[in-house]
Amino acid sequence: MRAPDLIRFARDAATGNPLRSFLLVLAMAIGVAAVVVLTALGDGARRYVLNEFSSIGSNLVIVLPGRSQTGGFNPGNAVTSTPRDLTVDDAQALLRARSVHRVAPLAVGTSEISVGGKLREVMVVGTTAEFIEVRRLTLAQGRFLPQGDWRRGVSEAVIGAKVRDEMFGHRSALGQLVRVGDRRFRIVGVLASSGQGLGMNTDELVIVPVALAQSMFNSNTLFRILVEASGRDAIEPARTQVTEIIKLRHEGEEDVTIITQDAVLATFDRLLGTMTMAVAGIAAISLAVAGILVMNVMLVSVTQRTAEIGLLKALGATAATIRQAFLTEAAMLSVAGALLGFVLGQAGAAIIRQLYPAYPAFPPDWAVLAGLATALITGVVFGVLPAGRAARLDPVQSLSRR
Amino acid sequence: MSAALIELAGIERVFHLGDSEVHALRCLDVSIAAGEYVAVMGPSGSGKSTLLNLLGLLDRPDAGTYRLEGRDVTTLSAEEQARVRSERIGFVFQSFHLVPRLTAAENVALPMILAGIAPTQRAARVAQTLRDYGLEDRAGHRPDQLSGGQRQRVAIARATIMQPAVILADEPTGNLDRATGEEVMRLLEKLNGQGVTLIVVTHDVALGARARRQLLMEDGALQHDTVARREGVGDPCALPT
Repeated sequence: MRAPDLIRFARDAATGNPLRSFLLVLAMAIGVAAVVVLTALGDGARRYVLNEFSSIGSNLVIVLPGRSQTGGFNPGNAVTSTPRDLTVDDAQALLRARSVHRVAPLAVGTSEISVGGKLREVMVVGTTAEFIEVRRLTLAQGRFLPQGDWRRGVSEAVIGAKVRDEMFGHRSALGQLVRVGDRRFRIVGVLASSGQGLGMNTDELVIVPVALAQSMFNSNTLFRILVEASGRDAIEPARTQVTEIIKLRHEGEEDVTIITQDAVLATFDRLLGTMTMAVAGIAAISLAVAGILVMNVMLVSVTQRTAEIGLLKALGATAATIRQAFLTEAAMLSVAGALLGFVLGQAGAAIIRQLYPAYPAFPPDWAVLAGLATALITGVVFGVLPAGRAARLDPVQSLSRR
Repeated sequence: MSAALIELAGIERVFHLGDSEVHALRCLDVSIAAGEYVAVMGPSGSGKSTLLNLLGLLDRPDAGTYRLEGRDVTTLSAEEQARVRSERIGFVFQSFHLVPRLTAAENVALPMILAGIAPTQRAARVAQTLRDYGLEDRAGHRPDQLSGGQRQRVAIARATIMQPAVILADEPTGNLDRATGEEVMRLLEKLNGQGVTLIVVTHDVALGARARRQLLMEDGALQHDTVARREGVGDPCALPT
């Protein structure tokens, strides 16, 4: 039998019983659609978290005061157990490291902002001009803090979009004087609205020079030092260099915790990737169920078409031809189901993206391919038994059946 | 004897039904020459359908040899037998056995499709055959849109499309009224007139009487052969019960 004839024959056989074929295609489609939608959700979650983390900046190395892990006995620890604070001098010293591109010190506290009788509690971030680059923030209006001596700083502030809306409404904020705590600042810039972010929401920040923030909070410590490595490959060297410098400055004591963004990202990536795999595995079970349905339906089909199989044998069909015809039919139904499921799944993922625009529910390519391949393989594998049964039918007995 | 188209020698066919053995065919020796018109007759259970199945290579004998065109076909593999069926044997059934979802033309083309003949060649031969059987205006109809006589004509067209050496017809008029049955028989006899060997199984005496040679079966043995008269006295194998 020629291949086009085989395909046409199988197609006619499949369409000869539309309800049976439809139900089979539907079962397969639901299986594939489940794989596509569930992996879209799983991978969407992964991408969402990664996006949120990447929005903090790229190639980041974050220095936190205090040590979160013990590193065995250290003579420094014997002398003093309280970690030394991070200072602006520490931050400035990090600029000497070869792999470090930019450094932004961070002093954080809460205070009140007031203008024209309006009062609002805000988070105040004291930092330097580099902050906007390191954190990859964008300005909606004006400019960011000016470059200058980190230990001084002019009384200028940049506010978040939400703070601007609430304090100024429709009036222009640029150039206005506001009171933050006990100091007066001139607003020189407004940050672009960035939506929800992990950690602090930049829409509700007031950013001032680090020296002024420290004097406002009456402390000379830093909350964090954000270090931007000079490239992706420079992250690890930057980390060791930063550790060395801090250690030197802190009398040989490694009393800081250094987090690289990559490490955090990789952990989340692994975690959520595994979750996606698990979800895909669960969805694949529905494909196996669909495969069993293929077998069931094909077995019924063989029984129903016994007389036809007998006839085909009488007309000169070999056992191989009949096996091929039934396998082709099973494969075609599986392909149809898989394609329908692919379309349904993509549509489902698109609907999820429509409903939750922040959620990047795109099914990963590997999952789509694996789903389609599993559908085909299960369809054909579970078609082998019915096809074999059809091929083995005794023509005499088959023909006597009506 | 190698000139004979069909040569059966010492054919035995035993069915096991539970513990009991049923001898559907016993010690059958028949020789049929090319171009003969043979009616196989006998009561139900006499083994005539079993004989037809053996002749059509749908069944294998438990003993004996079957030579078709001088070639021993009992020892062939299933694939080779399928090939012989495809090229040398045409079947006509009592219940027509048309594939319900295929049109008349597609049913007629089915043996050629199974044999892997190219579509262009197929189309020409199907068109010609449908014309020969007066079915050209029924080509696109499905079996359920055809009358009984038309269905059997489609079945005969299908049986002849591969130009077989022998046509095996099992009660070809069993599901037809007298007039259409007569029409179908005339078609088959016309084919016989063109040189195709025709073997008809029937228990209709009138139908059997039309054949030039009658084989009368009883209890799996050949009881009477009007032409060859070979029920052998002295052949221990041919003894009736």
